[in-house]
Amino acid sequence: MLRFLVRRTLQLIPTLGGLSILLFIWLQRLPGGPEYALLPDDATAEQRAQLRRSLGLDEPLTVQYLAFLRNILQGDLGTSIQTGRPVVEEFFTRFPATFELAITAMLMAIAVGIPLGYLAARRRGGVLDFAAVGGSLLGICTPVFFLAFILKVIFAERLGLFPSAFRLSPGLNRTDLSGFVVLDGLRTGELDVVWDALMHLALPGLALASIPLAVIVRMTRASVLEVLEEDYVRTADAKGLHRRTVRGRHVLRNAMLPVVTAIGLLTGSLFAGAVLTESVFAFPGVGSFVYGATQTRDYPVLTGFILLIATMYVFINLLVDISYSLLDPRVRAQ
Amino acid sequence: MGSSTPLLAVEELSVVFGGRGSDEVRAVDGVSFTLEEGKVTGLVGESGCGKSVTSLALMGLLPPRGVRVGGSALLNLPEGEVDLLKLSPKRMRDLRGSRLAMIFQDPLSSLNPVVPIGRQVTEILNRHRGMRGSAAEKEAADLLQRVGIPDPERRLKEYPHQLSGGMRQRALIAMAVACRPRVMIADEPTTALDVTIQAQILELLKDLVTEEGTALLMITHDLGVVAGLCDDINVLYAGRAVETAPRAPLFAGPTHPYTVGLLGSIPRLDAPRGEPLTPIRGSVNDNIAWHDGCAFAPRCDHYTLECLEGPPALVHTDDGVHAYRCVNPVRHADVADRAVLESPSVVGDEEESA
Repeated sequence: MLRFLVRRTLQLIPTLGGLSILLFIWLQRLPGGPEYALLPDDATAEQRAQLRRSLGLDEPLTVQYLAFLRNILQGDLGTSIQTGRPVVEEFFTRFPATFELAITAMLMAIAVGIPLGYLAARRRGGVLDFAAVGGSLLGICTPVFFLAFILKVIFAERLGLFPSAFRLSPGLNRTDLSGFVVLDGLRTGELDVVWDALMHLALPGLALASIPLAVIVRMTRASVLEVLEEDYVRTADAKGLHRRTVRGRHVLRNAMLPVVTAIGLLTGSLFAGAVLTESVFAFPGVGSFVYGATQTRDYPVLTGFILLIATMYVFINLLVDISYSLLDPRVRAQ
Repeated sequence: MGSSTPLLAVEELSVVFGGRGSDEVRAVDGVSFTLEEGKVTGLVGESGCGKSVTSLALMGLLPPRGVRVGGSALLNLPEGEVDLLKLSPKRMRDLRGSRLAMIFQDPLSSLNPVVPIGRQVTEILNRHRGMRGSAAEKEAADLLQRVGIPDPERRLKEYPHQLSGGMRQRALIAMAVACRPRVMIADEPTTALDVTIQAQILELLKDLVTEEGTALLMITHDLGVVAGLCDDINVLYAGRAVETAPRAPLFAGPTHPYTVGLLGSIPRLDAPRGEPLTPIRGSVNDNIAWHDGCAFAPRCDHYTLECLEGPPALVHTDDGVHAYRCVNPVRHADVADRAVLESPSVVGDEEESA
């Protein structure tokens, strides 16, 4: 197991290296280049050339790439054009909010999706199955920003059941330990803060959860249906085991293998998907900040965001592989 | 034989799939046989003759919907007689694994790939014998030892993919015998294994039956297995027993043309080189419904118009131990000289198992 972990972690190095090259090429290919993005439209050609030299853009590509890599490794992603503050700092203050939102959405999707998918498979062809399959199709088809908007109008503005914006109610006193509102609240015992934060997370979380929920329902259903036909489930029944043992140990555990992979990939996509949801709910996370960056061509912020999302993907995949090897001994053996 | 009360008496078992809109399929159509303590009874036939469905019906493992099961299967337990076909699902769950056990065809797919072997053995001890923790593990190791798995403590911690095919089947047999069942059903237990391993597994099953007095229902298409292991044999065709006899009379004087055909189609080492094999012509799908006549008639060399006058009745000979269902039985013993009992695929010999 330890060897598997070490080997799998070492495999991250070429992956991240390839990622940095792709990102560098993307930056090189930006329309107009930074001398157009950074300078006003009426700047002269001489001014643009001056800027290119000062940014080192006249150096050979390899030199530029190494400088780019060195900056990333030193945690220097440049300065945001919108705010004038270092990009890393901006992300640092906003990331906990996005992280909480993404985790909330994923927990909702898992908590509802797996039981629903399982029940749909057990009652294949029944009303619940029909509703789950149809509902998940609807979930996949509905654009997240549209769903977010509908949820906000109905549940926040019309019914007033949930707050319509921000992460916390204004004027709420809280002790800030890490930027993670729910975790901090739990640690300091400020349960009113926890509740307030959860209420704020509910609607954006639900909107963001819609696609992973739909995928998890379908994958769980398909996977359970497949496992129910397996010979070892019949063996378990032939042993006279209790139904709950057959279902838990023999059906669900095997059926979860493909679902775990899907959950990993979906979690990565949640961070990217948070952009639109956060802007609908004015949620002060990375997403709404990046949305602003796309409007103002804030390239350092966009570069940082791509790097952040890609790195999240890579590490989530590592987690998926580790949990997969814990669930399936055949993977460890290879 | 036949003097004591049978352990399990199956009477007129029938299994019908489908119905209500779709066409009905009569997979098993009135099969009767008995199992006795310490004896091996064979169910023999081609794929699709209903032998596996018979075993699943007895175990209560047929899907709950879309299946009709008829007849009776009386199991003689110390606490009284029960009809396996009429028990509640909950009561069947109590009997399965404890009084009734089953060994399946493909040992790899029949074991859960993500659960250690040990857990798959102890879970049955836990369920039926209330054993837990180290006591259960000790017993599981003893069971593995007993079915011939060396170094059982290590094997308990391993997963199915780490075991060889023969080991896996031994592990499945260990699970089957864990609670000393009265009746054990083996559905083609050696089909997925190498020939040398097949012989070892059959020896093991034979020993377990002799030592424990378990009744074994052996389901197979392999007449070599039948000749080496079974005391009584039921030849099935299209869901019905066409010939029933103890081993010796069946091999010495097969009477039903289908049995004769099965014996004749065994490849022989002493046949001249280049001599073609003699298969039964047609396939198991070329049959007619039993109520219209003999289902085997379309493939039969002895077929006459008489064969189409309703289902043939069961005819008893040899003091009632040999029975066949045919209006034109094969009278002469011309197939007996083919001496299947000496064929190379036969496992064990007659004297030893008698």
